[in-house]
Parts: sequence; C-alpha cells; structure tokens
Amino acid sequence: MRRARAAVALLVLLALGAAAVTAAAATRSSSGPEKLTIWVGWQARELGVFKSVVAEYNKAHPGTQWNVVGNISDDKIVAAIRAGNAPDVASSFNSYDVGVYCGTGGWIDLTPLMKQAGQSFSQFPPATNYYTQYGGKHCALPLLADDYGLYYNKTLFKQAGIASPPKTIAELTADAKKLTKFNPDGSIKVLGFDPFVGFYENTPERWVTAWGGREQWLDASNHSKLAKTPGWSSWLKWQRSLIDWIGYNKLVKFQAGLGDEFSSSNAFEVGKLAMNYDGEWRVAFIQAEHPTLDYGTAPMPVANPKRYGSGYINGTIIGIPKNGKHQAEAWNLVKYLTMNTHALAKLSNGLRNVPSTTASLTSKELTPDAHFATFLKIFGNPYSSTSPITAAGVSYTNAVQNFATKWQAGKVSNLASGLSSLDKQLDAMVKQAGGGGVP
Amino acid sequence: MLLLLSPWLAGFSLFFAYPLVMSAYLSFNHYDLLSPPRWVGLANYRYLFTVDPQVWTAVKNTLWLIGVMVPLQVLFAFGIALMLARAKAGAGVFRTIFYLPALAPPVAATLGFVFILNPATGPVNTILGHLGINGPLWFQDPAWSKPSLTILAIWGVGNTMVIFLAAILDVPRHLYESAALDGAGPLQRLRWVTLPTISPVILFAVILGVIGGLQYFTQAYVAAGVASGQASQAADVTSGNLGYPLDSTLVYPVLLYVHGFSDFQMGYASAMAMLLLVVSFAVTLVIVVNSRKWVHQGSAAK
Repeated sequence: MRRARAAVALLVLLALGAAAVTAAAATRSSSGPEKLTIWVGWQARELGVFKSVVAEYNKAHPGTQWNVVGNISDDKIVAAIRAGNAPDVASSFNSYDVGVYCGTGGWIDLTPLMKQAGQSFSQFPPATNYYTQYGGKHCALPLLADDYGLYYNKTLFKQAGIASPPKTIAELTADAKKLTKFNPDGSIKVLGFDPFVGFYENTPERWVTAWGGREQWLDASNHSKLAKTPGWSSWLKWQRSLIDWIGYNKLVKFQAGLGDEFSSSNAFEVGKLAMNYDGEWRVAFIQAEHPTLDYGTAPMPVANPKRYGSGYINGTIIGIPKNGKHQAEAWNLVKYLTMNTHALAKLSNGLRNVPSTTASLTSKELTPDAHFATFLKIFGNPYSSTSPITAAGVSYTNAVQNFATKWQAGKVSNLASGLSSLDKQLDAMVKQAGGGGVP
Repeated sequence: MLLLLSPWLAGFSLFFAYPLVMSAYLSFNHYDLLSPPRWVGLANYRYLFTVDPQVWTAVKNTLWLIGVMVPLQVLFAFGIALMLARAKAGAGVFRTIFYLPALAPPVAATLGFVFILNPATGPVNTILGHLGINGPLWFQDPAWSKPSLTILAIWGVGNTMVIFLAAILDVPRHLYESAALDGAGPLQRLRWVTLPTISPVILFAVILGVIGGLQYFTQAYVAAGVASGQASQAADVTSGNLGYPLDSTLVYPVLLYVHGFSDFQMGYASAMAMLLLVVSFAVTLVIVVNSRKWVHQGSAAK
C-alpha cells in the first residue's frame, strides 16, 4: 500500500514537472520585442524571398520580431492548431483546404477585422475572394495568386517550323504531334506536350478550364454534375486520344526518367518537353536555373475561342489560427502581407507569383517581364476561373484526379456512367465530410 | 511491486489503452480535428461499408500482400536460414550479408529500390535491356508495383531469417541421428524432424508477418510518392498520388492515413482503424486456433 502511494506520488511529481516545463516555455521572453512565428509552405530560394519581406516588416515594427518557418504542409498546421501550439500566422499552398479551415473555425473569421480596419474585400479579384472563404466565413486572405498557362520552347518550335503558340485544342494537338520525337528504339526522345494527368501540374481542375469555368462543377443545389457537363467528357476524350497517339507505356517510361518538377532538371527547363502547362512561378525558376532557355509563355489553348486568354487560378492563402495569444499583432502582419502594395510587389518580383490585389497588379514597383506579363493578363481575364471549395477539402479534386488516371489508363469502359458514379461519389464525400449521413 | 510496474503501466495506459478507447469513441463521431467531436452513431461505419469506393480496393491490396508477400517472406527467410545452417566455411560472412538489408531504414530501402528499378534510368532495366529483355515498368505499372514491393520485402527478411536460423540450429542433433539410422533421407529429415521441432517459430513468424502485412504502410507510401514524381514537393498536394500507380499500392493503412491526415476526417479514420483492429484480432485468432493442428507443443503436449 505504501509502495502504491509512493508510485502515485512519483507519477504526480512527473506530471507536475512536465507541466512546469511547458508553462515556463509559454511565458518566457518578457524583455525585448515580442517573438512571433509565421509558417509558410515555401522552401529554398522562395523561402529566402519571403523572409526578406518579413525582415523589412520586422525593421519597421521593432515591437515584434517575426520568425519565418518554411516547408509547412496542411497536416502540420492542423496538428499544431489541435495541440494548441499553432503559429501566430499560418499560410497554406492549398486554397482547396479553405473549406477545412473556415468550416471548422480552425482559422478565425477575418470579416470583423477587415471592417474594423476599414478595408474592403473588393480590393481582391472575385476568384481569390471565392477561394478564401467557406460557409459564410472569410477566414483567409490571398497571399499572392497562381494562375496557369502554356510554356513553350522557342528553339524546338523553330526546329519544327511552328511560328506561334497554339490557341485552340486542335492546334495544341497538331503542334504536340509535330514536336514529339522518338528514338530509334521507339522510346520518346522529346515530347511535344504531356497529356498525362498526375504529371507535374497536370490536374483535371486546371485543364478543364479550357472548356469552361466553375459552372462546370456543381448544379444549383450544389450537387456534382460532371456527367451532365459536356466539357468534362470532351476534355477526357481529347486527353486520352493524345495519350493513345503517343502510347501509354512509352509515356509512363519517359516520365519515370524525367527530373523532379521542382528541381533544375525539370523536363521543360532541360528541353525534353516542348510545351508544358505550368504555373506562373516557373518564370522565376527558369530565370534562376536556366537563364539562357529560349522560351515563351501564352495562355492555355482553349476549346471555345472566346475563352482564349483565360486560365485556372488558385493560390496561397494566409490566416490566423484560433486561440492565438497575439491576434492583434498577427492581423497587422497579415494586413501588411496581403494588402500593402509594396510588400506584394516585392514578393511578386522575387517569387514571380501574381500580386493579389487589384492595386498591386499595376504597381510601378513590379519589374516588367514579358514572360510574366502573360500571367498578369490571365489573372485579369473575366473567364479565368477556379474550382469549387467544398467541405471535403483537397480530397474533392483528388477524387476527380483519381477517376481521370483510371480513365487515361483505359480502366473506365463507359465514360458517361463512370462520370455519373463519380458525381455520386463526390456528393457522398461532401456529405460525409460535413458530418456523415446525419441531418 | 506497483512501483516496478509503473513504467509499464504508464506506457500501457498512455500509449495503448487511452488511444484504443479514444479511437473506439471517435469512430462514432464526426471529428475533423479542429472542432469538437460530434456524435453521429454508425454513420462512419455505414460510409465505410457501403459508400467509400476505395475501401474495397484497399482491402484487396492488403489481402494481396497477406496472400503473396507474407508467405514468400516466411518461405525465403526459412530457405536462407536452412542454407546458412548447413554452410561450413564463411557462415558468419553469409549470415551478415543476408542480415544486413534488415538494418536499412524502410524509407531509405524503398527509395533505393524505386531508383534501382526506375524503368528509364535504373540499372536493372538497363542491364535487362543489354540482355535483350524489355524490362517491366516496376513501380510505374499497376501490375508490377506490388511484386516490386514484394521483392523489397524479401530482400529485407533478415530478422525473420535470424530467428529461423537460431531455431534450426537448436534442433537436437540426436533427433537427426536417430532419423538417419531409421533410413530417413535429407527431405524426410526436414519434413519429420526440422519442421515439427521449429513449428512454434514458424507460427510466430506467420503471425508477425500477417500483422505486419495488415499494417504495411511505409514502403507503399514512399514508393507511391517517389514513383509518381511528386515526393519533392513536401508542402504541396501529395495525397492525390498515394496509391500510385492506379491505386495499386493503396493498401488499407495508406487509405486510413489519407482520410485521417489529408482529409482531416479523424472520426472516419478511427472507424477504419477499429475495423483493422477487429480483423487483425480475428485473423490472429484463426491462425492460433488452427495452429494447434500443426504446431508441435513440446513433449508435455504429447
């Protein structure tokens, strides 16, 4: 009995000790500037650019000292919010997950803060306003935006005798075939265009924008309607026909030998891929990694000529995790990063991401660059669009991608019925993510 | 007494009992990790059994591993141990060589295999190409991805092999001698002396292998990420490529991970975990009950 009591006492002591250590960690730093933390997804060169902007902010605001932590993914943010040690400000590459952050209250609603600061959401373009809110809560703001366009290798274009980048899907197909070169053994030497879903930035939601906008996804009662939307089956059939022309297995083998997307051996950068659908950031990567590459940028070829000039938009989002102790200071930094034209222009110059307020789009501070200008225009195009934000977060578009990879491998025998069962699956996923089958 | 037990008790309650009870509780809740759990009754289980289109794929993949990979693992471990037990010269060297792969961390080993078996740049297909053989696409082909993982698993059977080796070396010599006197050849000695004597060890290896197969995660996760070419983007959307190629490496624990840590549906992931627990328990029970027929229980049982 005495031993039992001793054991209990020991356990209590251990627990108290642990609590004391945690408490000490939480209350330290009483002198000097307030030490605060911001988490972002960027890494390597891009992280350096972001840090330089935060350093400027730190200099101008001696009361706070912001520490930037890079290479952060959504699961880390969610885990930290749960554990109660979330950073003061968090940023995510996944605008898809705004449904998760707003829907659960993981990030605080910024609407009252915006009102207090006398700021209006209308300074952000509509597409970015769409992907920074969910369920009536505006829990995030855009921290630069991404849009997608066509990169083409001018040297390879000249060799193939092509004068200008393709504007329609038919031209894209013809050019892709003309630009593809095979080795004597039949394997691919240079690929004109890679139609494979899952390769680099090739995702269904980005490509289908060439057929139509967000109206292609959901009906009036927010049910998935991919089977009823002609754009989806046209896109899938086109993509599959180009894969069939190249040869599925040849393509898989060719891709396995290509360098990583975010490395200096990126297939487009080293000339193994003549045309590629990619985000605007590639301009800065090429500048840093292969400055002598002779290339051009253009909007994505479209199925409907009136949509030419548009593209898919999404972007990095930034917000303030709940239960933070320094929300006022956090809001000051978020305001600066998302609405200060100088900060946005400096970030945009370094990252070559699209500055995300209307005012900053035309800032004189932006370094002019013909390659990059294409993406500023795509961003401003009225047909440019994004994909739906749902409670299911990133799994929504993942499910569509999963279907598309089965389709391109020839594992879907009937496209129409395949798409309608995908519709049912997507609806079930959203319902489940929103709390199961319970009303 | 309790004081001596307390580290174990603390560990048991903190890392076993508490998580087990919590995941049983959460499996009846809608829990997105950020807002408080909300009771939904059997909704998660209904979704698991009737809606989720990937569950059946994941179950089939895991069953494949248990049906093919685990038996091969046990067979190879046993075979290598048999040969090593007979080796006279250099036994220590061979033992080390066969054991070494087991020391490689699973992530590193998987990365190595994906690179070595890369159909375009890997040495295996290059060598096969010189021999006039058009090598398979390995981790890039849904028909070959699980066999590739199996090769990786067989390469790393060192631990099981060492246990088998110890058991084989432990078989009393006089049993072999008397069997030989009775005219038993090598095969008969293996069948009637070695196998019955080490049968408890075989049972142990089979149970561990099956449980390992049910929980198989790391290698499938890493192989899919690397083979799909998406592993370099630590902070970007990678969950879309798990199971690559074509869900062929989407084993049950990987799907559980996707739902819990990428979709943030911890309630549903807990329901999946409970099912895994029940199945693991049932399978182990079946093997143990069944084993009474073939496992030699020592002289006392006769």
